[in-house]
Parts: sequence; structure tokens; C-alpha cells
Amino acid sequence: MKFSFTDEQNMFRETVRELFADRCPPDAVRQSWDNDDGRVPGLWAALAEMGVLAVLAPEAAGGLGMNEVDLVRILEEAGYAGVPEPLVEHVAVAVPALAEAGHAALEAAIAGDSTITLNLSGEVIVGAAADAVVHRHGDTLQLVTEWQADEAASIDQSRRLGVLTDITAADPLDGADPDLAFDRAALGTAAQCIGVARRLLEATVEYVAERHQFGKPVGSYQAVKHHLANVKIALDFAAPLVYRAAWSVAHDDDPAARGRDVSMAKAQASEAVDLAARQALQCHGAIGYTFEYDLQLWLKRAWTLAAAHGDVRFHRDRVAAAIGI
Amino acid sequence: MNLDLAPQYVAFRDECRQWLTDNHPGRIGSMDTAIGFEEHRAWEKVLFDAGWSVPAWPSVYGGCDCDLIEWLIYEEEYWLSGVPGRVSANGVSLLAPTIFNFGTQEQQDFFLPRMASGEHIWAQGWSEPEAGSDLAGIKTKAILDGDDFILNGQKTWCSRGAFADWIFCIVRTDPEAERHQGLTYLLVPAETPGMERRPIGRLDGEPGFAELFFDDARVSAEHVLGGVGQGWAVAMAAAGSERGLSLRSPGRFMAAAERLRALAANVTDLDPRLRDEVVDAWIKAQAYRWNTYQMAADLMEGDEIGPEASEGKVFWSELDLELHATALRLMGPMGEVAHAGNDWLDGYVFALSGPIYAGTNEIQRNIVAERVLGLPRR
Ligand SMILES: Cc1cc2nc3c(=O)[nH]c(=O)nc-3n(C[C@H](O)[C@H](O)[C@H](O)COP(=O)(O)OP(=O)(O)OC[C@H]3O[C@@H](n4cnc5c(N)ncnc54)[C@H](O)[C@@H]3O)c2cc1C
Repeated sequence: MKFSFTDEQNMFRETVRELFADRCPPDAVRQSWDNDDGRVPGLWAALAEMGVLAVLAPEAAGGLGMNEVDLVRILEEAGYAGVPEPLVEHVAVAVPALAEAGHAALEAAIAGDSTITLNLSGEVIVGAAADAVVHRHGDTLQLVTEWQADEAASIDQSRRLGVLTDITAADPLDGADPDLAFDRAALGTAAQCIGVARRLLEATVEYVAERHQFGKPVGSYQAVKHHLANVKIALDFAAPLVYRAAWSVAHDDDPAARGRDVSMAKAQASEAVDLAARQALQCHGAIGYTFEYDLQLWLKRAWTLAAAHGDVRFHRDRVAAAIGI
Repeated sequence: MNLDLAPQYVAFRDECRQWLTDNHPGRIGSMDTAIGFEEHRAWEKVLFDAGWSVPAWPSVYGGCDCDLIEWLIYEEEYWLSGVPGRVSANGVSLLAPTIFNFGTQEQQDFFLPRMASGEHIWAQGWSEPEAGSDLAGIKTKAILDGDDFILNGQKTWCSRGAFADWIFCIVRTDPEAERHQGLTYLLVPAETPGMERRPIGRLDGEPGFAELFFDDARVSAEHVLGGVGQGWAVAMAAAGSERGLSLRSPGRFMAAAERLRALAANVTDLDPRLRDEVVDAWIKAQAYRWNTYQMAADLMEGDEIGPEASEGKVFWSELDLELHATALRLMGPMGEVAHAGNDWLDGYVFALSGPIYAGTNEIQRNIVAERVLGLPRR
């Protein structure tokens, strides 16, 4: 029993954090909103080069042969940086599904030559400019390669949405488990939520220490302090559940236990990021309520990611069923 | 990361569980009454004789050298088994870490084994009528006279202070010094002439609080812990233990969460809103557990507990309240009915005090904001 990350895992995370700081700062995120494909130029190739896209692909297939425990803090960093790419969809779900199905599309996916997104529930897909979609079809997964979708605008400009209207070409992904795919998507999103919450808290702590009213930093007022202390507490008691769920996804063969752990993680991470967003906005005042100020990048991620792949209610219901109430 | 329990830990868990099952004393009186206090002392002796009273201590003092993981497992099993609570907790959880840190060899050799066996049951004498959250405002004076200190003043809210054998106090040994200066940690025998103890009824009516009145009470200077004038530093080290995992390990809340789960599972036509509350509380108990295992991993690497302990204090006390309040809601009109089997009601009344004792949650949030997040003090 040792509940901590290894030095190698921490170093990998640090490297990815630096990459995002360098290649995906807020200005780059904003520019991606105006690009045709909604992407940050060069970022995907850089992630491929660093091996990030191949974390969950087996070594025999040219991947790193790592697992969700190695990946979870990297996805957290994607949330922290507000990365507008469908990274969780591709890295945490599509790549292992392709590997488990032995599908030839894996090679391009880990080389960064393609981007694959998801459609596991409902008809909305995120990252609509992707090359393919891992789609749930009854109790199986498919790799959809040709489809029709209507464009839809998310409140979060970093999410290019499409509403799926027709599928015209798809390969079966035999051997890939749709329930496991869902758990991976929920876990990855929970990790992103933790990163988004960290960024919101950090930005707000910095802001309230600088901003003066009544001759003092607003961060010296106890009401503000307690709002932010509550965010810190919510975050520090949600993150361990996310790491614990990563372990379960990687090592627990019992789907019920895995689902329970993932749902605990997503419920708490959604709640933490939601609180972080509300308090970040409140403690910024009107500046936080502008389009120009960068806080909005994370506020919008918070709202959409808290609900994506199951909101708090959904995941609590799943835990309830798992523990017999 | 490795979350599998190694075989030796699995065996340890089984051993704990077996012993607790075989030695469960059944229901005993409330430790906040004179009779129940002695019944709890007897239970401490049973634990001690079997080596289970202070498992994480070195064996020379009555422990069994358990590592942190074993201790967490022991606590989980302890609370799950439903055996009585620990009347020794103030001593074992709050004072002992301080004695290990600051005590002289003589103090360690004298106090620790007696604490382990339940011969000495300790109470905490910090709060005063004018000094609650603002502990540095304490006024009880202790003036050196030969080999003794002469105490004058008053302490209050001293849990089980009317029944305890010893009281660990913080007193002002330099009346000229202000606030955090001139304070000393002093270990005071209950039978000290000149000290009067008066019980005060707690919310439930039981005499679980005591006021202590010092009127030229004489205490040997041998009983200073950590040096004259060092009281604040010693007290803050103890406060870290009080807030953190040594007073409230996850096992306690996991057991309550499990009982809540079982209670909810037996309700027919469970209201979905109540079900949601039950699950939320249950998840939070797991969150406290995994946060603790994370901290344990850091501690085993040699880290020390910092101001984050205040996050834990807020979290466990509010979790405890949520667990009990939810249980009472599940019981509907029967929730308020006081009878020997309604542990949820007693538990609820006690949980209400969690956000107050061990430093109020407002104070803890100040600490989180200022010392963890680094927000400006003023
Ligand atoms: C069940 C129980 C057991 C206890 N056992 C012991 C014991 O064994 N030994 C012992 O010494 N003491 C004990 N105490 C006392 C406990 O430590 C104090 O109650 C606690 O420190 C608060 O002090 P107070 O009650 O004087 O409240 P006050 O300090 O008067 O506080 C009143 C309110 O004001 C708020 N407040 C105060 N200062 C600030 C601030 N700076 N910022 C924001 N809010 C503030 C508090 O949070 C609280 O809500 C016990 C208390 C309880 C309830």
C-alpha cells in the first residue's frame, strides 16, 4: 500500500506542464477558436513526439505501455492549461480501445497523424473536426470514419460540437469494452476537472492578493478567504479519489468496483470544479465576467467538464447502485 | 502507487478483526459520566493487556511498533467492530505525540506506559473563559516558587476533566510577557491541592465538561513539558495532532458511513433526495480515507504534517455532521427518540461539537487561507 506517484510519473507530468505552458498559453487557446479546425497549431505533433498520445498503447504496437495511473496527472495538466484539443477522448479512450480491438488506425493515432474523438452517450460529439469517432453502438464500440453532423456552438469556445445525424461508414471495434471506455472517459474528465479547479484557484489567489479595495488586498477579507479555503478543501479531497480511480481502472478486473471508484471520483471532481468556478468568479468581481479576461477560459471548461461524461447526480446514482441502496 | 494490501497487512487486518470480535465488551456506559468513565478505563486495560491499546507506539511503552498503514487498518477495524470509543484519546492522540517529541527520558518512561494502560487518563486544560479561539490570550498564572509552580486562574470546557487523573495545561509562567511569549506546558495531577474541579453539563446533560479553579495550586516544576517559556511551540505541535489524523482517523467515519449505508439499504421506498445525501456522505468518507492514505505515504517518506491538517479538520467534522444528520433524516419521526439503541442521536449531538472543538472551523479556514494558500493576513 503506497498511495503516491513515482518520481518518473512526476517528471513526465512536469514535462507536459512545461510543454503546455510553452505551446498552449491562453493566447493560443483563444486563437484556436478562430481556426477552422479549432486546434492549436503544432500542439498535437508535439504531444505525439513526447509520447503523450501513446501512453495507453502497448509497447508491441509502438506505444509506451503505461496505464491510467501514469496518465491521470497528465490529463490534469491539460485541464490546468485549458487545452482545447480532444485530448481525453483521444488519449484516454480511443487509443486503448483501438489497441484492444487490434485496429489498424492505432498507428496513426499514436503518431499524431489523426485525432479521434468520442460519442458514447447521446448524439453530441466534442472535437467535431476529428478524423474519426469512437461510437457506442448497443453493447459494442465502433470506429466511425464517415458521418454527418450539424455544427453546434458550445458556451465553451474550446469545445467544437457536432450533433450527429448520420453514420455512413464504421468499423466494429471487437474486443473493446464500451463500459470500460465510458469509465476511462469519466476518469479522464475528472482529472481535467481537477486541473481546471487548480488553475481557477491559483488565478484567484493571485488576483485577490493584488486587488485592493478599502485600502487593503481583497484577499485579506475573511469572507474571501473562506470562499477560497472551501475550494482548496474540496479540491484536496476530490483529487485523491481521482488518483484512486485511476488505479482501479488500471488494475481492478471487477467492472462494478471500477465503476464505483470512477463515479466517486467524477462526482467529487465535478463538485469541486463547480465550486471553484463559482468562487473564482465571485472573488474576481466584474473583471471575471468579461470575455477579454482569461478567467473565462477555465470557467467555461469547468461548467462543461463538470457535466461531461456524467454529472454529479448521474455518478452518485451509479455509486448508490454499486453499494446497494 | 500500489494500492494492493501486502499479505502481511491482510493478515494484520484479520488478526485485528478476530481479536475485536472475540473481545467485544458489549454496550457500556457513556464516558462522560463517572460510572461510564470507569467502565471505559476497564476497557482500556483489556486493550492494553492484549497489546492493542497503543499499537503504533514502540513496544517498550506498551505498543507493538505498527507502521502507519497498520495503524490505519487497526483504526478501520476498531471502529467497524463497534467496540466502545477511547476514553484515552486525549492522552494518546494529543499529549503522547508531544511527550515523544518534547518529553525528557524520565517523563517518557513515567507517563507513557501509564497512559497506555489506562492507569492515567488525561484531560486537556487549554481553554479559559476569556480565551477560546484566541488561545494566546490565556491568563492562568504559574509562578515559580522553589521547585514548584504556584497556579492561579481558571480553565474551562475541559472534557472529562472531572474524572481524569492528569490534565495537560498551558499556563502563563511570565506574567510580563504578552500573547505567545511566556507560556509553558504543564502536566497537572488531578489531585493537586488548591485545584477544584466542577463538572458542567454538556448539551446532552451529561457532566462531560469541567471547570478547573486554581487557587495557589502547587505543581512540581518537574512536570513542565518542553521547557519553561516554550508552551506555545509545544501546544502548536499538539494542535497539529489534534486536527490531523491522530485524533480522527478515517476508520471512524468509514464505519459510520457503512452503518448509514446499511440503514438506507433497509428503508423501503427511499426518497431519491435522501438517497443522494446518503451517497454523498458515503463518498466523502472514502475521500477522507484516500486523502489520509496520500498523507500517510508522504509521512512515511519523512514529510511532516503542515497546515494542511486544518483542511482535514474542517472536512472530517463537517462529514461527521453530515453522516449523522442524514441518518436522523432517514429515521424520520423516530430520529428524535432517545433510547439506548439510537446511537445516531447521541452521535449527532456529539458531531454538532466537531466544528467547534479542536479549533473552530472558522479558525481552520483562516489557517488554510493564510498558511496553505498564502493569502494576506491583513
Ligand atoms: C465538545 C467540546 C469539547 C471541548 N473540549 C475541550 C477540552 O477538553 N479542553 C479544552 O481546553 N477545550 C475544550 N473545548 C473548547 C474548545 O477548544 C473551544 O470551544 C474552541 O477553541 C472555541 O472557543 P470558544 O468556545 O471560546 O469560542 P469563541 O472563540 O468565543 O468563538 C465564538 C465564535 O466566533 C468565531 N471566531 C472567533 N475568532 C474568530 C476569528 N479570528 N475569525 C473568525 N471567526 C472567529 C468562532 O469560530 C466561533 O464561531 C471543547 C469544546 C467543545 C465544544
